Amino acid sequence: MSSMQQRFAAALMAPDSPLPDGLSSWNSRQPKARYDVYRNNVMMGLRRALASRFPAAERIVGEDFFAAMADTFIRAHPPRSPLLFLYGDDLPEFAAGFPPAQSVPYLPDVMRLEIARGRAYHAADAAPLDPARLAAVAPERLAELRLVFHPSTALVRSAFPVVTIWAMNAGELPAAAIAGWTPQDALVVRPHLVVEVLRLPPGGAVFLEALTDGMTLTTAAEAAMAADAAFDLAANLAGALGAGAFSAILIDQGDQP
Amino acid sequence: MKASQLPARAGVGFKPEHFAMIDAERQPVGFFEVHAENYMGAGGPPHAQLSRLREVYALSIHGVGLSIGSLQPLDQDHLRRLRQVCDRYQPESFSEHLAWSTHDTTFLNDLLPLPYTRETLEQICRHIDEVQTTLGRQMLLENPATYLLFEESTYEETDFLDEVVKRSGCGLLLDINNVFVASTNHNTDPRSYLARFPIRHVREIHLGGHSETEDDLGAPLLIDSHDTPVRDPVWALYAEVVARIGPVATLIEWDNDVPAWPVLRSEAEAAEAILRRSALAA
Amino acid sequence: MKTSMISLAIAASVTSALASITSPAFAQEAGKEKCYGVALKGQNDCAAGPGTTCAGTSKVDYQQNAWKLVPAGTCQAMMTPNGHGMLEAGPAPA
Repeated sequence: MSSMQQRFAAALMAPDSPLPDGLSSWNSRQPKARYDVYRNNVMMGLRRALASRFPAAERIVGEDFFAAMADTFIRAHPPRSPLLFLYGDDLPEFAAGFPPAQSVPYLPDVMRLEIARGRAYHAADAAPLDPARLAAVAPERLAELRLVFHPSTALVRSAFPVVTIWAMNAGELPAAAIAGWTPQDALVVRPHLVVEVLRLPPGGAVFLEALTDGMTLTTAAEAAMAADAAFDLAANLAGALGAGAFSAILIDQGDQP
Repeated sequence: MKASQLPARAGVGFKPEHFAMIDAERQPVGFFEVHAENYMGAGGPPHAQLSRLREVYALSIHGVGLSIGSLQPLDQDHLRRLRQVCDRYQPESFSEHLAWSTHDTTFLNDLLPLPYTRETLEQICRHIDEVQTTLGRQMLLENPATYLLFEESTYEETDFLDEVVKRSGCGLLLDINNVFVASTNHNTDPRSYLARFPIRHVREIHLGGHSETEDDLGAPLLIDSHDTPVRDPVWALYAEVVARIGPVATLIEWDNDVPAWPVLRSEAEAAEAILRRSALAA
Repeated sequence: MKTSMISLAIAASVTSALASITSPAFAQEAGKEKCYGVALKGQNDCAAGPGTTCAGTSKVDYQQNAWKLVPAGTCQAMMTPNGHGMLEAGPAPA
């Protein structure tokens, strides 16, 4: 009984396929231009959804390239949910395997950063951890402390200078030659209502990942030190606290002071 | 079941880019309308803004993704999300479309047309019943802008809507721009459509802009693009409807190439002037 | 012994971190402009992402062959003077 909708749906994303049977208009039994209105609405709407979720990626490759890549992606990965602000989570992987995009190998990481920003924008609201709460913890218990992340916090690690590239394409920096082509890790967080993107210092991502995994301050600091000898615990802690990356502290099996 | 109760005034579709201007002073609009799907995230600016608007204005929540016209069952996750949004904001009205947008698990992101048959009628009534039961309120169903017809249809759209209202107890959202667009596209007379429309069940009116193109044979083909001011023939039909049924909540829709706030507000003021005239005449 | 040394080091770092956060309530805590996620210039936060629509579009697109296109946005401007710095991404230059 759903065959009409099935036929109608199947031909929407296949521009060269024949019209579904059973359509008409007052002046024709092959109302192609009329059916094409729906085809165009679907593709343009989804393409626009991707462009507004990945504006920096679109600037990097240009509108024409982005549109053509988006069309290929949409046909292979149509949305599965009416929540379009979540559509395109697998675009970074798609772009990484899309031959025409191989000259911009940093593009998927920029997309991951944009996904993290969008998710932070819609994340649950929570008060960031007040550093005074940390100051109130007895010094001998600090080493075993665990930290709970703010619901908006995300890390994006990259082999490319992803924060600089993103900033140049998000209107925060002019697009210019990037001389120091070094890996960068990003911390994305929305402590209140504005999404912030911060570049992490050496070892910072390993430190925060370890804390995310539920490790204590000590274990996380040791992991970060092992990954990068330049790791500075005080600076990293100050930066993450100041950014509002945490929402609570845990001492011993989940007691909250 | 809670009935739809928007004030009989002009309202505007809320766009986040207008928030700062809207919030700066009390606006001369009777209500705001938002798309439910944009408020299904957990938190952040969308909820902060809508909560703020809700303190001051009446609210209409308009769904665009439930796919009521699907022949497959409604998406239960989506229905649950709709209930959460309605529970949280307690809108004066909830509305959706006589259309479908999901097939299998693919969301097609457009309001797609359906044949009007006994089979689709029964399925739509079941879906509306499910929505109204879940939300604990009457919903409004909107007439679509359509570009083509189905050979298997056995009902006129107006008769189909009349039957849906009788069977489900839903109210109607009359989109007069959609009436004009569809009538032009089907070479019929919008006034005879409106004469047959079950107009006493209308709880809200939509007005929006459209654009003009042609089909393969050179016949006019209008697109419901919501990217221009309301066109003159649509204003004329609107004035006739309001003269007939009295003041009713009226929304200005502008979704693409969204203009500055004062432009939208002046469209709402034009609708408000027509509403006031009809109130005085009554 | 080792444990207490680490504890001391951690405690010292935490103290030092706390001392270096100048405004414990976080500076971004909101002038009115930012209260609702609206940036100063009156722009919406650009992370807003896609909104829904219940409208069709009158903009008709002519499909391009994705396989023949070359990225042509700011990726050109971001190249280093030596060419494709991005393809040689290895250890950081000193």
